[in-house]
Amino acid sequence: MGSPAMKLPELPIVGDPGLDENAKNLTPERIAEVINRVIDRETAARFRVYMNTCVHCGLCSDACHWFLSNDRDPRFSPVGKVKQTVWEMLRKKGRVDPDFIKDCSRIAQTECNMCRRCSMYCQVGIDVAYMLLTVRRICHELEMVPQFMQDTVNSHAVTLNQMWVKQDEWIDTLQWQEEEAKSEVVTARIPLDKEGADIFYSVIAPEPKILAQLIGNMAQIMAVAKIDWTMPSFDGWDNSNMAMYSGDFETMGRVERAHHEAALKLKVKRIVMGECGHAFRGAVYDGPKWLGWLEPPVPVIHAVDFYHELITSGRIKIAKKFDEPVTVQEPCNIVRGRGLGAKLREIIHATCSDFRPPEPSFEHNYCCGAGGGVINCGPPWKTSRVKGNSVKAEQLAATKAHIIITPCHNCHSGIEDIISGYKLGMHVKFFSEILMETMEIPDELRAE
Amino acid sequence: MYNFASGPLVWIAFIVFVGGMVYQFVTLLRSAKKDKVIYPYMSAKYGLRSLLHWLIPFATTNMRLRYETTIVTFAFHLCLILVPIFLTAHVAMVSFGWGAKWGTLSDGAADWLTILVVLAAVFFLVRRWMLPEVRFVTNPSDYLLLAIAAAPFITGFMAHKQWFDYETMVVIHMISGAVMLMAIPFTRLSHMLFFPFTRAYMGSEFGAVRHVKDW
Repeated sequence: MGSPAMKLPELPIVGDPGLDENAKNLTPERIAEVINRVIDRETAARFRVYMNTCVHCGLCSDACHWFLSNDRDPRFSPVGKVKQTVWEMLRKKGRVDPDFIKDCSRIAQTECNMCRRCSMYCQVGIDVAYMLLTVRRICHELEMVPQFMQDTVNSHAVTLNQMWVKQDEWIDTLQWQEEEAKSEVVTARIPLDKEGADIFYSVIAPEPKILAQLIGNMAQIMAVAKIDWTMPSFDGWDNSNMAMYSGDFETMGRVERAHHEAALKLKVKRIVMGECGHAFRGAVYDGPKWLGWLEPPVPVIHAVDFYHELITSGRIKIAKKFDEPVTVQEPCNIVRGRGLGAKLREIIHATCSDFRPPEPSFEHNYCCGAGGGVINCGPPWKTSRVKGNSVKAEQLAATKAHIIITPCHNCHSGIEDIISGYKLGMHVKFFSEILMETMEIPDELRAE
Repeated sequence: MYNFASGPLVWIAFIVFVGGMVYQFVTLLRSAKKDKVIYPYMSAKYGLRSLLHWLIPFATTNMRLRYETTIVTFAFHLCLILVPIFLTAHVAMVSFGWGAKWGTLSDGAADWLTILVVLAAVFFLVRRWMLPEVRFVTNPSDYLLLAIAAAPFITGFMAHKQWFDYETMVVIHMISGAVMLMAIPFTRLSHMLFFPFTRAYMGSEFGAVRHVKDW
């Protein structure tokens, strides 16, 4: 009658040293101690009530792209994931074996994007992602985190940025990008440590590491819009935070504090964050929550909000609209997470002449499959990640667009993988790239 | 037995039900304090906005995905609460004891609404078997809870129709009603109490913090 009678196909086994090797160090006593400690001391009303309120109706299933993309396999439904992890932990009072914890880590870290779409489908409003984040917390405490993810978190812990970028490399990259930007817009500068500037522009560490031109683009946009801005030369410039997703909340708190303190040290009026979704979530919700702040100490806005301001205020004028067919990947953390869907549409309409809306859209949009730290679990998990989001491929293909605008780094990489995995023949662009192609650069600012 | 079931048992059931609900509510308020985010984020406006949407049939996206489940779910819950309150026999008993009176359902309507509850319970049962995503997460307790909720209606109907021995059936009916009342605060039937709070919290987080709707 119940689940044991169900015959489900074996899932492919994925090797990950972070789980396979570390599982050897686990003892049943340690597992039970950690599970019970986290559940007793770190959870309260929400966890308890969610456990007592879920009527096992399965109505959250249709929300999940993993479930929809894996032929409605019940192991991938939101409540199915909770059953395989939390319910078992509680039923056995924490007395589970290392292989079970390995499965928990796989399920919570690599098969849930924390996109929270299921919260909008649960009849009683259970935050399933929160339950699975608690599982991640337990796995972190047991040092059972996928290796690539843990390496990223180690970088955060050691350098306060995600990609082991050293201070001299950071400053050097900014100077290089300032030179690049000046060759297009003569007034373009990247002012370092400018106290009292209107805006502190923060980025994620992959920008200086592998996508430096995005910083150069921003320098040009800032120059054309005549914005008083700055970036810190010191730690706190990186706004990304994978520790938030690995369950290492202590490191998450340090990273968020450094980011906000950099803004306070620079006495800026507000922080503008680059096109990244999880970083925004960390700076606006998870970080402040952990640090005991209701709101961030310095107002924080996402790049989409900032571009909207620049375009609607007339600080940036559009010279010629982008005319290829475009659609949009609406990032969970800024659309479902901050209601920026309408502003995102407005800036796309302002800059593009042929917009193809995706369906479903706005806060009902499907996650890219990469968010929530899933892409950071690295190459071992790429196949299951791409397979787990065929609905995204279908959704994008149906728009018949050529370009997918993705104002989020995780979405950007995730959608690229979907495009190549399903041979969609489409291309991904950040909104800043669209803006660079369409904004008017006044003649007096244009380099020779 | 009849005297016990219609006297002390009813009192015990109501005391356990009300006491249990109060206990759960107080525990909820206390543990909500420990869960640091709840009180700061809770918003009356957004909480009620969400609750309202989830209390109106088809007002949310997911309700529109499965019309049959939505209709059955609403019918089941409405009848589950209204039929016992407005049943002529129940009102007559209260009125006989205490003198209080309120409107009643006609016998015919009560019969049909009771059948509706039983059919809805059958629907939920079949749904548990048929849909893999529901079957996968089904525990024996889910069948038990469904049985606890449906039993007072099945037995009440049988007693009313005087199937089998009337007196025995009425006693079984009263016991099953008492079991259901006493089970509500201490089982997952407590979603009756918790639903407004879980929904309101989610509505608050979505509305006040994330600036979006949660339906």
